[in-house]
Amino acid sequence: MAGLHKSDIPNPVLNWIDSRLPIITMMQKEYGVFPTPKNFNYFWNFGALATVNLVIMIITGIFLAMNYQPNTTLAFDSVQHIMRDVNYGWLIRYVHQNGASMFFIVVYIHIFRGLYYGSYKAPRELLWMLGVVILLLMMATAFMGYVLPWGQMSYWGATVITNLFSAFPGVGHAIVTLLWGGFSVDNPTLNRFFSLHYLLPFVLVGVVFLHVAALHIVGSNNPLGIDVKSPQDTLPFHPYYTIKDSVGMCVYLIVFAALVFFAPNFLGDPNNFIPANPLQTPADIVPEWYFLPYYAILRSVPNKLLGVCMMFSSILVLFVLPWLDTSRVRSARFRPIYRQLIWLWVAAVIGLGVCGAHKPEGIWVVLSRICTLYYFLHFLVILPILGKLERPLPLPESISQPVTGGRGGGPVPSGAAAKSMEKA
Amino acid sequence: MRAVRSLLTGVILAGLSLVPAMAQEAPVPPSQNWSFDRIFGTYDLAAAQRGFQVYSEVCSNCHSMTLLHYRDLVGIGLTPAQIKSVAASVTVPQGTDDQGNPKEGPATPGDQFRSPFPNDKAARAANNGALPPDLSLIINAREYHADYVYGILTGFAEPPAGFKMQDGMNYNKMFPGHQIAMPQPLHDDQVTYADGTKATIDQESHDVVTFLAWAANPEMVERKQIGVRVILFLVFMGCITYAVKRKVWSDVH
Repeated sequence: MAGLHKSDIPNPVLNWIDSRLPIITMMQKEYGVFPTPKNFNYFWNFGALATVNLVIMIITGIFLAMNYQPNTTLAFDSVQHIMRDVNYGWLIRYVHQNGASMFFIVVYIHIFRGLYYGSYKAPRELLWMLGVVILLLMMATAFMGYVLPWGQMSYWGATVITNLFSAFPGVGHAIVTLLWGGFSVDNPTLNRFFSLHYLLPFVLVGVVFLHVAALHIVGSNNPLGIDVKSPQDTLPFHPYYTIKDSVGMCVYLIVFAALVFFAPNFLGDPNNFIPANPLQTPADIVPEWYFLPYYAILRSVPNKLLGVCMMFSSILVLFVLPWLDTSRVRSARFRPIYRQLIWLWVAAVIGLGVCGAHKPEGIWVVLSRICTLYYFLHFLVILPILGKLERPLPLPESISQPVTGGRGGGPVPSGAAAKSMEKA
Repeated sequence: MRAVRSLLTGVILAGLSLVPAMAQEAPVPPSQNWSFDRIFGTYDLAAAQRGFQVYSEVCSNCHSMTLLHYRDLVGIGLTPAQIKSVAASVTVPQGTDDQGNPKEGPATPGDQFRSPFPNDKAARAANNGALPPDLSLIINAREYHADYVYGILTGFAEPPAGFKMQDGMNYNKMFPGHQIAMPQPLHDDQVTYADGTKATIDQESHDVVTFLAWAANPEMVERKQIGVRVILFLVFMGCITYAVKRKVWSDVH
């Protein structure tokens, strides 16, 4: 229906704008009074932290791009030019470089939160799947960004990872040639990676928007994993969660600053301070820490194609997780067995990360195979069966009444039919 | 169930304790006491200036430092006048003259450090096929960083009995594989320090490594200073924010 939006903003200028484009009303609705479960713990900070991290990456990235040269003969020196000659270039660059690590730390904790409290279950399946898309985009962006400084590890990492696509029968070599823009990692590769590294973060912003939009339709999960039943269960987002997120933000920024100012190269590889040399392979080609678990899965399989498929499946399996987990209870708090096994899964992932940092020899091969096995077993076998066998603890009546009285009536899985929050 | 948790803790601890083992079979250089180590460490400028002398008189005969300009030397405490005279004492290529012939002349503070060889091939040809690496980032580009470079400079020795050396190679305790193309560069009294410091091989190595550490991370001192202020501010902000959070949430039950 055409016509002006009826805005109740008192300021006449803002009212004029809001009547024609009700963004102020929308912000008020989505971030002001937005009803949010009142029982979030600090794990619920990490979505906001990830959003801020993305913004930091985009801003620092734009300034880096003003001084960076995407050309194989200039790239390495242009990064050092930023570090040495550009005003506060070292600060911008170290924030961007360590920001990538911080982004993965934050997002991995965010994902763990989702796994532990069952945030992927109905009705939040699509919200979760959009999150997996975000993870994939992040990984692609981070990988291409790591190539840009054109150090030894940039070059050889790019060579190893792009070569993985050659494992696919038939089309494999065509894909690799397309990625490279030639017959080896070279100037065209660097050019297209730079272009895509600039593009993908904005795609990421778009998917993050959808992720948040979907969140605002189905509402947030909470540590109890039960649905919001009445307005008493919720608080307006502002000021309660704006201030709680701000507390987390300060802690996050302290960790970030500690890395940037006191150990900026702690998570990096010394080899990347050597300019790329196609004629000299480093003794050990290791990806950045956040890719180590996938790298370990890849190398735990003797067959290249199978290894590549397993590596991609380790992420893709997350897409179908909402349907693999057959338990209707969301929060691990009320799932006595899942609550233990999720930590075993975390141990497998950390174990894979450690294996990925070592040459695939001796004990590391065995260990990475055990961890890979458990990683997939957890999702593909344990979760479907566990949902049927496990006897969940009694769920609380509601968020505002977290303690169930003496009614030991067994599990009361919250039905999807429960009234959703007032907000549409 | 307790068992699962303790098993998990065990796995993580075992995993983490094995991380240092990834450092291969290369020798581990003993760790030295550096002025720039630790959270509040800064560069010992006198050592860095002596190190620049060692670099200029010894290392620069084979090793370039292309990422540095003479003007950067303010970072180790040289005055603009000193920098001008340091630069003027070096002859660098200066493009071409009006006839198109390559031209040379005294450097200015804005010039890059003079490279000993015009290109990599010339460097290899003059060094028995080995390429002396550029030293601009050498401290960052090697595992163990300053300790490694110090270990190499002080690690030359006679090969142990029965150790097979290749032609033209030199034995070094700290070099991976122990055979390094570089002959021992520093000896006692290799340079004469203006400030009267006794030029032992340890002193020279220590000084030049301090200089190279500065060259690799010239922003370090400013970085740490800003970092202290940023973190103090964030801790302060965090406390206030937490207090406000407590206040805002006090009416929630």
